[in-house]
Amino acid sequence: MGKFLARRLLNYVVLIFLATSFAYVLAATNLAPRDYFEQMQPPPDPELVNAQLDRLNLNDQTPLAERYVTWMGGALTGDFGQTIQGGSVTDQMLMKAGVTLRLIVVATLIGSFMGIAIGAYAAIRQYRAFDKAATGASFFVLSIPTVVIAIVIQVGAAAFNDFIGFQFFRYSGEYTAGIQGEWWELLINRVYHAILPTLVLALALFAAFARYQRNMMLDVLGSDFVRTAMAKGLTRRKALFKHALRTAMIPTITYFTFTFGMLVSGATFTEKIYAWHGMGAWLIDSIARQDVHVVAAVSWFMAVTIMLASFLSDILYAWLDPRVRV
Amino acid sequence: MSSTTERPDRGSQTEAPAVPPAPSRLKDVLRQLIATRRVIIGFAMLAGLALLAFLGPVISPWGITERDYLATLDGPSPEHWFGTNRTGQDIFTQSAAGLQKSLLIGLLVAMISTAVAALVGAFAGYFGGLTDRALMWVADLALVLPSFVILAILSKHFMGASGWLILVVLLAGLSWMVTSKMVRGMTISLREREYIHAARFMGVPPRKIILRHILPNMSSLLIADATIMVSTAIIGETALSYFGLGVQPPDITLGIVIADGANFATTAPWMFLFPTALLVLLVLAVNMIGDGLRDALDPTSKSRRS
Repeated sequence: MGKFLARRLLNYVVLIFLATSFAYVLAATNLAPRDYFEQMQPPPDPELVNAQLDRLNLNDQTPLAERYVTWMGGALTGDFGQTIQGGSVTDQMLMKAGVTLRLIVVATLIGSFMGIAIGAYAAIRQYRAFDKAATGASFFVLSIPTVVIAIVIQVGAAAFNDFIGFQFFRYSGEYTAGIQGEWWELLINRVYHAILPTLVLALALFAAFARYQRNMMLDVLGSDFVRTAMAKGLTRRKALFKHALRTAMIPTITYFTFTFGMLVSGATFTEKIYAWHGMGAWLIDSIARQDVHVVAAVSWFMAVTIMLASFLSDILYAWLDPRVRV
Repeated sequence: MSSTTERPDRGSQTEAPAVPPAPSRLKDVLRQLIATRRVIIGFAMLAGLALLAFLGPVISPWGITERDYLATLDGPSPEHWFGTNRTGQDIFTQSAAGLQKSLLIGLLVAMISTAVAALVGAFAGYFGGLTDRALMWVADLALVLPSFVILAILSKHFMGASGWLILVVLLAGLSWMVTSKMVRGMTISLREREYIHAARFMGVPPRKIILRHILPNMSSLLIADATIMVSTAIIGETALSYFGLGVQPPDITLGIVIADGANFATTAPWMFLFPTALLVLLVLAVNMIGDGLRDALDPTSKSRRS
């Protein structure tokens, strides 16, 4: 199993390197940092623009290969260059990564747990009221883009706040601006602000998982080994949990890897709409600012999170399916 | 020599008994589709929406960008069926035109990406070895970066009259990976069937075997998957357009209309409500068809309906 995981890990490192390089080259050839400086008011001296671009390693007159080697050389040692305004990308990334990770991790945990539990239970209660309600709900949610879910929940929260007359739901920002107090007050404030955005992400994930898990569980429930497990005297609960659910979760784990990219995109939209200063919102703002280094760094971050999710699912897979543990 | 003269004879012999089941399979599928209420409702909804999308801009008295300065931010009225936005543009006309483009984008992306997925998956699965490794590695690489990032970086190319076609090609180019892996898996199991062996030993070139024997055998799966892809593409395009990174004006899609309306969702709900409802209905209709198709076409997924 160690060898299996080590080989996967090596593969992931290579993929991350290539994806980041690809993102850098794409950003460097398609974004125009020069325009960013040239459209300033008053228009700066062309010499000055050139000097500034050179200082930031963004000058399009320098060959792309040279810029790439300089940037990648830094990135490999943890220095992702400078933002177009001159700040350190790495420093800002450390601050913003936490925001995004918090959102993604909590939403993944809630969404996948709820999805798997409800999907599996719906399969056990096939064609009963619970199954019909759960399947219908997840089908409906899957038909709504994350962007629309985010806006609708935000608008709903605003309307609710108006209706009851005070700010019950918080739907903008990570915390109340200028708040001060004990650490637990700050924590509660942040958690309070996190409820709605996390809910948005978890909802979309829940729908996908519930639907998939139900189908997988139905496949397994009819199979011989579950009947055998019950026939040899296991209680129904034990047979369902230890034999059916465990087997039915294996394909879901693989499915998780595929949906994680969608989740990261969904986090981008959610951050932007709920005014969180995370990686996704940073990416969208940076594209408008023609900031090549930030775009490449965010791509690196996203590739790393997606690969981490894949690695995690590899481990879970090996844990659930003894056959790969050789 | 003798085998070539015998071939048509033998062919007709083996084909003769195989003919009757084919139409009955089609009939069977059709009967099942008609019996599946979801598919019928989905098709009816989709037909209605398509009608609205293509007739709406024609029957509406207003142009897409035309402004009615006497009625800015007005609610639904006999003049403006869905109301107007801040600059007096007619929401009905905009939504219908946006729906039209979203529908076109969805269909085109689904067609292209399913074709790519089918070819890549089938070639990887059929040849195996180095081809398989190389193609699947490309698919893995394409899965590493969220397609949203790549599309956002390239968004400046979506300007101009044919800009939305570039978006279509890119969306398709970034969404074939998962399906291709599925196709590959099925090809590997099909590869060892007798009729494929027979074709190979008769000297049929691999390209022909893939196109004529392997891909038609999983056409049902591909059709169902393409349908789901339509809704995925529409959702992806909406998200991009919402942030101004998708189709660029003067082209209009539902994403742009929704983005316009989102800021007024509480003060002028019609600006947000109508285009959003159209989008959700569109995706819902496509998903219902795709889901029903999958059930009707894929014998292994029976009894999952609810």
